[in-house]
Amino acid sequence: MFTITGKRQLSAEVYRIEVEAPLIARQRQAGQFVIVQTDIEWGERIPLTIADADPAAGTISLIFQTVGASTHRLADLAVGSGIPAVLGPLGNPTHIDKFGKVVCVGGGIGVAPMHPIAQALKRAGNHVTIIIGARNRELIIMEEEMGTIADDLIVVTDDGSYGRKALVTEPLKELCQMDPKPDLVVAIGPPIMMKFCAETTRPFGVHTLASLNTIMIDGTGMCGGCRVEVAGATKFVCVDGPEFDAHLVDWNSMMSRLRAYKSAEDSAHAAVHAEGGCRLDQVVADLKKGGL
Amino acid sequence: MLSNAEILRDPSSLGPRERMAIAVQDMPCQEPAIRATNMEEVALGYSEEQARLEAARCLQCKTAPCIAGCPVGIDIPGFLAETVVGRYAEAAAIIRLTNLLPAICGRVCPQEVQCQAPCTLGKALKSVDKAVQIGRLERFVADREREAIAGGAVVAAVSLAPATGKRVAVVGSGPAGLTVAADVRRAGHEVVIFEAFQKVGGVMVYGIPEFRLPKAIVREEAAKLEAMGVRFELNTLVGRTRPLQALLDEEGFDAVFVGVGAGLPKFMNIPGEILVGVFSANEYLTRANLMKAWDRQKAATPLYPSQRVAVLGGGNVAMDAARMALRLGAAEVHVLYRRTRAEMPARAEEVGHAMEEGIQFQFLTNPVEIYGNGEGRVAGVVAQAYQLGEPDESGRRRPVAIPGSERKQDFDTVIVALGNESNPLLAKTTPGLKVDKWSHILVDGEQRTSMDRIWAGGDIVLGAATVILAMGEGRRAAVSINRFLAG
Ligand SMILES: Cc1cc2nc3c(=O)[nH]c(=O)nc-3n(C[C@H](O)[C@H](O)[C@H](O)COP(=O)(O)OP(=O)(O)OC[C@H]3O[C@@H](n4cnc5c(N)ncnc54)[C@H](O)[C@@H]3O)c2cc1C
Ligand SMILES: Cc1cc2nc3c(=O)[nH]c(=O)nc-3n(C[C@H](O)[C@H](O)[C@H](O)COP(=O)(O)OP(=O)(O)OC[C@H]3O[C@@H](n4cnc5c(N)ncnc54)[C@H](O)[C@@H]3O)c2cc1C
Ligand code: SF4
Ligand code: SF4
Ligand code: FES
Repeated sequence: MFTITGKRQLSAEVYRIEVEAPLIARQRQAGQFVIVQTDIEWGERIPLTIADADPAAGTISLIFQTVGASTHRLADLAVGSGIPAVLGPLGNPTHIDKFGKVVCVGGGIGVAPMHPIAQALKRAGNHVTIIIGARNRELIIMEEEMGTIADDLIVVTDDGSYGRKALVTEPLKELCQMDPKPDLVVAIGPPIMMKFCAETTRPFGVHTLASLNTIMIDGTGMCGGCRVEVAGATKFVCVDGPEFDAHLVDWNSMMSRLRAYKSAEDSAHAAVHAEGGCRLDQVVADLKKGGL
Repeated sequence: MLSNAEILRDPSSLGPRERMAIAVQDMPCQEPAIRATNMEEVALGYSEEQARLEAARCLQCKTAPCIAGCPVGIDIPGFLAETVVGRYAEAAAIIRLTNLLPAICGRVCPQEVQCQAPCTLGKALKSVDKAVQIGRLERFVADREREAIAGGAVVAAVSLAPATGKRVAVVGSGPAGLTVAADVRRAGHEVVIFEAFQKVGGVMVYGIPEFRLPKAIVREEAAKLEAMGVRFELNTLVGRTRPLQALLDEEGFDAVFVGVGAGLPKFMNIPGEILVGVFSANEYLTRANLMKAWDRQKAATPLYPSQRVAVLGGGNVAMDAARMALRLGAAEVHVLYRRTRAEMPARAEEVGHAMEEGIQFQFLTNPVEIYGNGEGRVAGVVAQAYQLGEPDESGRRRPVAIPGSERKQDFDTVIVALGNESNPLLAKTTPGLKVDKWSHILVDGEQRTSMDRIWAGGDIVLGAATVILAMGEGRRAAVSINRFLAG
């Protein structure tokens, strides 16, 4: 069992938990992830990025959005209870170097996986600009943590309820138009956002990395379920990635693969509702009451 | 003709002619129409009478060529002689001298190319199908023992040598790793098995389906090891969670055995493999077996709703995927295979079972493209017809494509079941570990790798092979490890 030692709700749909996993805390590097299972017999294996780690305390931090059955079950676990399976650290660490001027773009929950990468890039001596974007104010997370890392922090919301009313690609484009243009862009967020970040930087020839969030099972290269096409070749995100050159990823096929189980998952989610286990319903109700 | 009762009254008095006259005992099975809708084991196992009759067929040859056909050299006439007189515990004890997992091997060994291939009786009756059904008998004897244990019978505890204070790490809990663990533990060494998955057993739990190998058997074997004092550390990916070398340098292990299996799915590298609805057999079977996605009510892992399924390949992996797809509700399942039935590497019994269940076989057929429905999902396969040409290096006649024979067929799901290659993860994260160009770990005659105090065996060395060959390698490694630790 991997004990949950801390838990905090960061926004309507986003939770941060601290999990006891001393070996992973010691080994992990920026850009790596774990596979988590809330039930050994019947649970799904879901990948989550290691958002932070405390090797001394032997804990890792996971930040996740409740999107379906498994993330809801995870959100239901209380401090002191255990997660039966946590496997990691998986994936290749981010290549950290002194590149010069770096822009980190985090969309929605993508800000969480961006955190350790931005931190490492900053430590390596880069000038780091961070763009955080979300649909609305409630969905902005980790603004403070990112603020302490960033040389410049830009916050945008789709609806203008907080920060600048824009999509993340707008400030990204402006940064690419500046002289000197960025040496590296790292984009993590919904696939559609990463795709458009890639399209934004492509004309400027700015090297752009994206961290892909494909569906996974084992996370060790055994199943091929996580495969994507990169520059016409098949790659396994769990062992060849998760980061790839965003200009070379076939985004359309990646997005359709993410929707593979759409109908099946909607019914799994409905089952959680039926059990009365869906936090989201409660959260939405609270929001309506103005409780958040 | 002697009656069954007459045969069994005094089997030792039977002459060869009388033995040869006894009919091969058929394996009782669930009805095809029924079993295609459930996950339960297809083959039900011999009755006691059947087992004794089948054992009575054995000619007790002086030379016993069957023994050489078994990769672990079980004393086959020896255990059959005990079986025929109903001394099953003694029979089991003979098997256990060399085979740790008889209930498993009896079920999954490709007997027709191993122990049963050279059987004198089969030769005399001019058909390997008429050889003594050694595998079925091994299963019978092992199942008897399991039932006895479940019923509370006390079997003598495995004797362990006095504790040596030496520690051995086993990486991977497939048949190779489990075998090493048992043999090394018996010599008095402490053993810890590290396994990436949440369950013990390797391909025996994630690949081979319940309807062919009940998972309870694998669990029982793991429990026996635990009772012997072997410790399991699950959810540990050696190479990531702990570097391989750190097991020796930092964690105080004196020796390491690497049995991480093949575990890298082969694809065909034809257009369309990235489409939604194309799966490796590993993914398809892992979802169904390990994640139990077949239970739609309880399992969180989703299954793809398949109606018309094409399975590409002709080995055990392909048979398992095809029969699983049928059980998960597909209306039609087709196996597309480049050669003919005679060349299929799958166990003969599984091919027969698949045919009975209504799986359709398209032989001499090879897909050249998978096409989509315009929305990124599979809509079908373009396949080319083949004919058999000259024999190739493997001695099998090489399939040759017939130009212009391409034909489209509609499918909503394609399962690529061409078997596995070696997973490069451990080699990639372990500088100094020598592998060949297929990422198989290179070992010497004692299973020693290029690295000091590290042994390897099973599929990671052999490429995708069999349960019993993996065990055989484990045995050999354990002997070498035990000798090294004693020295
Ligand atoms: C390397 C990697 C790192 C990740 N890190 C994080 C993280 O730090 N925090 C976080 O909240 N999420 C992260 N994800 C995504 C997370 O794994 C999914 O949100 C989760 O698997 C959904 O499970 P579920 O059962 O709750 O939802 P499901 O019911 O499985 O899915 C709900 C919805 O999400 C979509 N979906 C399913 N799987 C994924 C996926 N892997 N990525 C995106 N959408 C998906 C489905 O199509 C469906 O629409 C990561 C994914 C990968 C591959
Ligand atoms: C679908 C299918 C059907 C088959 N049918 C048959 C059959 O009927 N008869 C037969 O004889 N053979 C069959 N085989 C082949 C047989 O299962 C294998 O040859 C055998 O399991 C190999 O054993 P192994 O111990 O080498 O490895 P595996 O059984 O592959 O076990 C390796 C284990 O190591 C773990 N692992 C991998 N990497 C790491 C790591 N870095 N750290 C920790 N753990 C790790 C894996 O999770 C796995 O549990 C079949 C194979 C498949 C895929
Ligand atoms: S272990 Fe396999 S090959 Fe050996 S006797 Fe048993 S079934 Fe035959
Ligand atoms: S070869 Fe066949 S008949 Fe002869 S001892 Fe072996 S099993 Fe019996
Ligand atoms: S998740 Fe199975 S290969 Fe990547």
